[in-house]
Amino acid sequence: MLLIDAWKRWTIWLIVAVGLVLAMPNLFYSRVESHNDAVAAIEKGADTPENRAAEGEWPSFLPSGLVNLGLDLRGGAHLLAEVRLGDVYKSRMESLWPEVLRVLRAERGTVGTIRWNSAAVDKGELRVRLVSNPDAMPKAIELVQTLRQPVVSLTGAGTHDLDVTSDGDELVVTLSEAEKQATDDRTMAQSLEIIRRRIDEVGTREPTIQRQGEDRILIQVPGIGSAAELKAIIGTTAQLTFQSVISRTTNADEAPGAGNEILPAMDEEGLFYILEQSPVVTGEELTNAQNTFDQNGRPAVSFTFNTTGARKFGDYTAANIGSPFAIVLDDEVISAPVIQSHIGGGSGIITGQFTVEETINLAVLLRAGALPAGLDFLEERTVGPELGQDSIDAGKLATSVAFVLVLGFMFATYGLFGIFANIALILNVALLLGALSMLGATLTLPGIAGIVLTVGMAVDANVLIFERIREELKSAKGPARAIELGYERALSAIIDANITTLITAAILWFVGSGPVKGFAVTLGLGIFTSVFTAIFVTRLLIVLWFERTRPKTIEV
Amino acid sequence: MKRLRLVPDETFWDFFSRSKIWLGISGFAVVLALISFFVQGLNYGIDFKGGTTIRTESAQAVDVGAYRGALATLGLQDVIITEVFDPTFDADQNVAMVRIGAEDEQNAVSAERLAEAEAALQEVAPDIKFVSVESVGPKVSGELIRTAILAVTLAIGAVLVYIWLRFEWQFALGAVLALVHDVALTIGIFSELQIKFDLSIIAALLTIVGYSLNDTVVVFDRVRENLIKYKSKPLREVLNLSINETMSRTIMTSLTTLLALFALLALGGDVIRGFVFAMTWGIFVGTYSSIFVASAILLRTGVKRDWSKTDDAAGTQFGDGNV
Repeated sequence: MLLIDAWKRWTIWLIVAVGLVLAMPNLFYSRVESHNDAVAAIEKGADTPENRAAEGEWPSFLPSGLVNLGLDLRGGAHLLAEVRLGDVYKSRMESLWPEVLRVLRAERGTVGTIRWNSAAVDKGELRVRLVSNPDAMPKAIELVQTLRQPVVSLTGAGTHDLDVTSDGDELVVTLSEAEKQATDDRTMAQSLEIIRRRIDEVGTREPTIQRQGEDRILIQVPGIGSAAELKAIIGTTAQLTFQSVISRTTNADEAPGAGNEILPAMDEEGLFYILEQSPVVTGEELTNAQNTFDQNGRPAVSFTFNTTGARKFGDYTAANIGSPFAIVLDDEVISAPVIQSHIGGGSGIITGQFTVEETINLAVLLRAGALPAGLDFLEERTVGPELGQDSIDAGKLATSVAFVLVLGFMFATYGLFGIFANIALILNVALLLGALSMLGATLTLPGIAGIVLTVGMAVDANVLIFERIREELKSAKGPARAIELGYERALSAIIDANITTLITAAILWFVGSGPVKGFAVTLGLGIFTSVFTAIFVTRLLIVLWFERTRPKTIEV
Repeated sequence: MKRLRLVPDETFWDFFSRSKIWLGISGFAVVLALISFFVQGLNYGIDFKGGTTIRTESAQAVDVGAYRGALATLGLQDVIITEVFDPTFDADQNVAMVRIGAEDEQNAVSAERLAEAEAALQEVAPDIKFVSVESVGPKVSGELIRTAILAVTLAIGAVLVYIWLRFEWQFALGAVLALVHDVALTIGIFSELQIKFDLSIIAALLTIVGYSLNDTVVVFDRVRENLIKYKSKPLREVLNLSINETMSRTIMTSLTTLLALFALLALGGDVIRGFVFAMTWGIFVGTYSSIFVASAILLRTGVKRDWSKTDDAAGTQFGDGNV
């Protein structure tokens, strides 16, 4: 006979109840959302009466998890950036040159005259030509090897950071594989952290900033107007350096000479500076930066170095009084003042033709730290909030209509049993929303289509069962036996059919990204909830009905 | 109470009397789809080709010629402008899609280029807004296309293995050929009608794979059951009986799913119309193929008739009650 253990009944009701409670906050979306924002704000210390009021809008003992709306529904910007890891190798090689120069010059007697092939740093190589005495190569390699340091990383234990080899009459220094690996990880971690800090300074809701693969960063910021805005916030490297000035020129193609580079001036069109390539001090040694005004009342940025930076800067200014030095930001010379006196305190001021706005931004960028490497934007998507709202409205309407159609159709076909299936169907969607809220999953536009599809397909299990019961009834069994056999015999087809769909959902989830992933999550969760409601819930409903009425015959 | 009955309670349709013709038609359709794919090619969206699409909105009627004229001076690559119509739009909501080819070797469009385009279009339609901008660099689009092919292949492969384990290799072969048929015809109609083919269509393709398989598996499950029940019946009759027995379920499920999809197709807005269209098409093709391709192939390969031996274990793995 039809029997379900009492504990099983209670478990089924309990799961349904939990699902409904978890899904409920979504009915009061905006209220719960402002409650959640207020809670987060109060935790951060913004304990204002407004936040308190917003917090009180939703009782805290109720669950407050919501289905996250994807960027295509809420509006916002999505960026996929690739970090130019090679930039870091380049700057490492540039800063290595003075040291290589020092050790080789000390042994000038054996090594002879040397010349730096500075173009090679773009490939992450430090190449030094032994001009007069190429035979001294082994000695030179030995000397440069004294500069090597052990690699500080788990995998790189026992290895050195530099590979020193020779290529004809050129000595070649590169980063070792272990060091490159360690450097890459550091660069990525730093880039992520800096991007996060810059976006946080602007203050938006729940940005997603995550590493993807070797050298990519995915940035999603809901509510921001355009990807261009987002790029402006994170796009600039804000690489600040102080470099020695060799000369000024108006010819952009002038050969700067070995170890030097030519950079344009920011303020004056057509003016170029030839600078020493390796910087005196870099922005990494800044401890603070503020927007301010100079003595003439023009907007400026003041900065403070840390102790090593302050010492280097102090030594340099003391030794070069009367000559100009350049303040360089992202490969443009902001200004090139002449050193008037020894600057010992480790602080200074950057002036240029800035607006107040620009100095505020520059100070933020300098404070957050420079991005260790440049970014290339491979992919960007912006969805305006209006379009997102249109999509939500269309999705809601379509889902409701789909729902009504399917419910009506099921009732017309299966009568009372159709009602049981319909109750299960409604519970299915509620449970699906509950599961999505609990997991904090993101609902995208294809995800809504996934829900609609689940509505269509969720009835499949019930259809399979009901059709089977009909068949079993034909072979003149009693109603109870027919129902039981119907459930039993339809199970294998239901399981097979759902596992195969689950396989495709899993593959979609693994290889998909963005909206497609959202679709896969909805589809996958929908399989679990629909199998649960179709098999357990309808069965329980039918059993309860059967126990109450004890019909002699049933019509499915 | 009067019930809706789409299919008579008992049907005895013969699905295999013209199975050669049906297989022929299916094969021909697949060939046509492939020809269309190779000759005409798919209308790849920026996900796969790289480039930028801008969705514009304005209260004024869209004048494609004027838009094109405004953008012509900017020297942008392959500009394609189309007006978008949808019953869900308001009266003063005039939408156009502007598509620009990729400019760079790897990057997405630059902010300056976009600002230029917006300024140029504002000359023609002062209130024009960019409600969405999507830009994919060729580097990423190349990867996306590889991932998409990988996903579809993986899905079909995984299914092949699963059916093989649960049933027999003949079933797996029939199911997979039916899937290939569905995928080919879907790609074919996208290439023939030149509907934009982007990442979401891949998701739809995989859903079709799942749905078509669902249908095939239900029929096969019944075939296996009937093979055990009627040990001496010719295979053709067993197949026919199984399809007839599951017919009312097949029609019911297809119809409920189609009802839901039609609602989405009509009211869900133009953004996901291509996606929903692919799925709707897939339901038709998938339902057809589980009978006229998968089962027809099963009839030709033949199957093991004696299921009483060792292989029962495979079927009881999930506790089904029919063995």
